[in-house]
Amino acid sequence: MIKIDGVEKQFGSLKVLKRIFLQIETGRVTAIVGPNGSGKSTLIKSILGLVRPDKGEIYVNGTRLNGECEYRRQIGYMPQMAHFPNNLNVGEVLYMIKDLRGEHAGLDEELIHEFGLGQEMDKPLRTLSGGTRQKVSAAIAFLFDPALLILDEPTAGLDPIASSIFKDKIIREREKGKTIILTSHIMSEIEEMADSIIFLLDGSVRFSGPVEELKTMVGGLNLERSIARMMAENDEA
Amino acid sequence: MDKVGKIIKYQLFDIFRNKWLLFYALFFFVVTDGLFRFGGGGAKVIISFMNIMLFIIPLVSILFGTMFLYNSREYIELLLTQPVKRRVLFAGLYLGLALPLVAGFVLGVSIPFALYDDGGQLATLGLLLLSGTFLTLMFTALAFFIALRNEDRARGFGISILVWLIFSFVYDGIILFASFSLADYPIEKPLIVASMLNPIDLARILILLKTDFSALMGYTGAVFQNFFGSSLGITVSLLTMLVWTMIPAILGTRTFEKKDF
Repeated sequence: MIKIDGVEKQFGSLKVLKRIFLQIETGRVTAIVGPNGSGKSTLIKSILGLVRPDKGEIYVNGTRLNGECEYRRQIGYMPQMAHFPNNLNVGEVLYMIKDLRGEHAGLDEELIHEFGLGQEMDKPLRTLSGGTRQKVSAAIAFLFDPALLILDEPTAGLDPIASSIFKDKIIREREKGKTIILTSHIMSEIEEMADSIIFLLDGSVRFSGPVEELKTMVGGLNLERSIARMMAENDEA
Repeated sequence: MDKVGKIIKYQLFDIFRNKWLLFYALFFFVVTDGLFRFGGGGAKVIISFMNIMLFIIPLVSILFGTMFLYNSREYIELLLTQPVKRRVLFAGLYLGLALPLVAGFVLGVSIPFALYDDGGQLATLGLLLLSGTFLTLMFTALAFFIALRNEDRARGFGISILVWLIFSFVYDGIILFASFSLADYPIEKPLIVASMLNPIDLARILILLKTDFSALMGYTGAVFQNFFGSSLGITVSLLTMLVWTMIPAILGTRTFEKKDF
């Protein structure tokens, strides 16, 4: 479980996160949605320790984040854009991450096989397409069978086949009891996978709870229209 | 510490496959080789080469360092999400770039010396290689510090070039102007201190004094010789260079530990 306790973050004069209180439950898929610049990435990066909140505490499975790095062993992260050293090939990048973590056994290589990355192992990363790099990035996120997966717009660069392989994988991992946090702008995708939804607007939490609850609250429409209506209400207010 | 080594290792894989490091080493090789072919003896080669080196090493180190950090942004983020301490990651990234630069320089220069020189200039060559190594380490660290402090690339590169200009030209200009204006006063000791404050000047003086040309430097040269030529002077100079390398490295580490990515 992740507990976010009064987190605030300011970049210059811009308040990106305004006193966020949240609980993200274990064994569920939680989607973070919100317009561009609403603070989604900053929130995710705070959980990863890439961004240090000005105020407040974050607990990941009971560990309070304080600059120590070991808790990240439980996390698999897939960034929005993946870049690796240009002259390394795919096999070397995978080996590098395993080597750095010192984990060579008990690996989950399902995605490597399903994405057909086996044939790409000898290719330098600079020669790969953006989509293939995303596949490598996804494979790395799942590789160490982590209890918590954080996926930042994971399907954005993937073709439909890869995207559906990836979604199936997410659903399988949820069934195994993994905690999954993802962001996306594709509402149908969130409707398909997410149990809970966190709706951020201007750095504040506007809604946090089960997807169904959001829909009934706003008036029983589909998710996309519900979210759009919530954004519109906010503009009027 | 084990993880620092691992980070360096994979970075070396990446960098050694890159053409620019080869060109960098080749440049030093061709220049040194050329100086031997046209310029004659070892001491002359060292002086001519020194002037090129004091110009090129800081420039290349600070530009490559800045470029590397900006280009590796996403890669650094990826590593930061692994269970690796920030301090360890910084050390790995820094040494993983600075050490290949040092290796390129040392090999490029040493091979022609091994081919042409009879070994008469070994001590001076050693001092030259040591100074070049310090300058590489220092300017790479400065580059990392500047690039970490400036999100905007254009600004980062601008500051890097400005810092290089100050150490290479502006500082010397000010010192020269001051020593002309104050020529009637005993300014040798302040001059010694002033040259210690600029690592490039410090390297130049250290190398010059080891060669036979130092006798031509007149009275000021004699004062310098007295100080820098003594074992105390050399020790103080090397320590100053070490401090010059440590300061940006420590500032860089601090910035890296606190930075939001």
